[in-house]
Amino acid sequence: MATFFGEVLSVYSRAVEEDDEELDENEEDEEIHRELEEKREVHLHWSPEVTESLKSGNKLQCSDFILAVGDNAARFLSVYIPTSENWDAVGHASVWNERSRAVTSEESACVFHRHKNNPSVLICRATCYIAEDQLFQWTEKVFDCLQHRQLNVTVLSDSSVAEYKTADYLCSSSAPFLRSLHTAAYRDRPVCQSLEQPNIITGLPAAVLNHCEVHSIATVVYQCYSDVTGPDSVTMETFKPALTKLGKLIQLDPSPSTDVLRKFVRATNIQSNLYI
Amino acid sequence: MFISSQNPPPSFKDFTLVLPAVAVGNVGQLAVDLIVSTLNMSRAGYIHTDCLIPMTGNNPYATCKKDAEELHTPAEVYTAAELKMAVLQIRAPIIQTKLKKFRQLLVSWIKASGFSRTVVLSSSHAYQRDDQQLKGTPLRYLVTPSLLKVSAVALEELGWREMERVPAFPGLTDANTDPRLYVPGGGITKGLYEDSCAEDLPLAVLLLFCSEGDNIPDAFTLVNHLNDWLHLLDTPSQKPNKWKIPTSWSLLFGSGIPPALF
Repeated sequence: MATFFGEVLSVYSRAVEEDDEELDENEEDEEIHRELEEKREVHLHWSPEVTESLKSGNKLQCSDFILAVGDNAARFLSVYIPTSENWDAVGHASVWNERSRAVTSEESACVFHRHKNNPSVLICRATCYIAEDQLFQWTEKVFDCLQHRQLNVTVLSDSSVAEYKTADYLCSSSAPFLRSLHTAAYRDRPVCQSLEQPNIITGLPAAVLNHCEVHSIATVVYQCYSDVTGPDSVTMETFKPALTKLGKLIQLDPSPSTDVLRKFVRATNIQSNLYI
Repeated sequence: MFISSQNPPPSFKDFTLVLPAVAVGNVGQLAVDLIVSTLNMSRAGYIHTDCLIPMTGNNPYATCKKDAEELHTPAEVYTAAELKMAVLQIRAPIIQTKLKKFRQLLVSWIKASGFSRTVVLSSSHAYQRDDQQLKGTPLRYLVTPSLLKVSAVALEELGWREMERVPAFPGLTDANTDPRLYVPGGGITKGLYEDSCAEDLPLAVLLLFCSEGDNIPDAFTLVNHLNDWLHLLDTPSQKPNKWKIPTSWSLLFGSGIPPALF
């Protein structure tokens, strides 16, 4: 889109494409569409033990589900809850879409971990791209496997400060900061300020909130607005208050050394040092 | 799928339903916002479907700090029981491959709920008008045969202009092609209208030719036009602008500007 002054902006146009006339699709087209649709389906792969219990009608006993969406949130969880020692991987969700080009490593999948001592705590780090048409399905499928009674859901999510609207000018020192959104069933007090109108949340956190609002599940989303594009330690620290309540359930690493944090920030720094 | 947020679930029998089509400039959605916030309508439930892109936020119609923290979803139904009015607000775009499914979902829900009539607020690209459409008012309407049966007199009195059918191949005279209904940029408008004709649903479409930009004036034009028919507010023309702008309309053009700029 070009503005009045001529600069070209990559703005999402609100114009709507016309409802496609029912084109006469031949069988081959239809089949291609059907195959694409099938390929885009979200698949959950549980461990044999969980699969068995799901088959017999027993859903995953879960009191707390912690979902981290985005690089900073996921790495923050990795630092404060190192999944290597006390956690079992119980399954993962896999999605295929236009951005998932042959990336099939463990890191790009959403792996579900369950705590060894307290198996009712489930965490998931979602760093892969889930397309708009897959978000709803992902949420439905995952929550279909969890028992809803007494379930508490906490979502940590990243966002760019450019997406945050406020009447006051945001000076650079104010970011990163945290905002919360919760469902009607959530009775606790969130640890930070609520997200003000006219701000909205989209993506996986929104899909989870929608599902939980409609099904009366206590859920809170902590959205971190950061002015750094890649993962960085300051942004990760912002999530810290969100975990205070979880400390009672599971052993958290109280103050991980800066080295650990730095380790998680590596890759993006190398790319951005263009002139060194 | 409709999920009630009230207990017992509300009855929509003989209610009038107003809903927007997600279309150019979001005019229908803005107009629906004005109706909900002005009439102080209460939420009756959600349309929970995979056809819409997920989004959420706090109460868009908050009036004080108390009711600000209330989660809202992409598609919600509001009612004003004393007016026998229900409104479906759609806040997110429809996923391209699921347009047809969404239309079917709407039609079957409208049928099952027993609404007496449905009004779709929509818009269409102003730049794609043909010569006859350029003249006069930018407002148009469409009604299905089953609504025309009961509302023909009222529509005649209003003196509205019906949406013109345009030739399929402008400039060419081909006896074999009939003029067709064409609503560019109207999203599901045309499909919903045609489905309703086929299903014998009493449905009307009110639409406005507009371009993208600041579409707030367009929303007022459309909602006043609707008010001429449904009389939701008493004679708003005498005292201009009785509609209440919701809090969510703030900062439509971005955040505040840095004070150091001046």
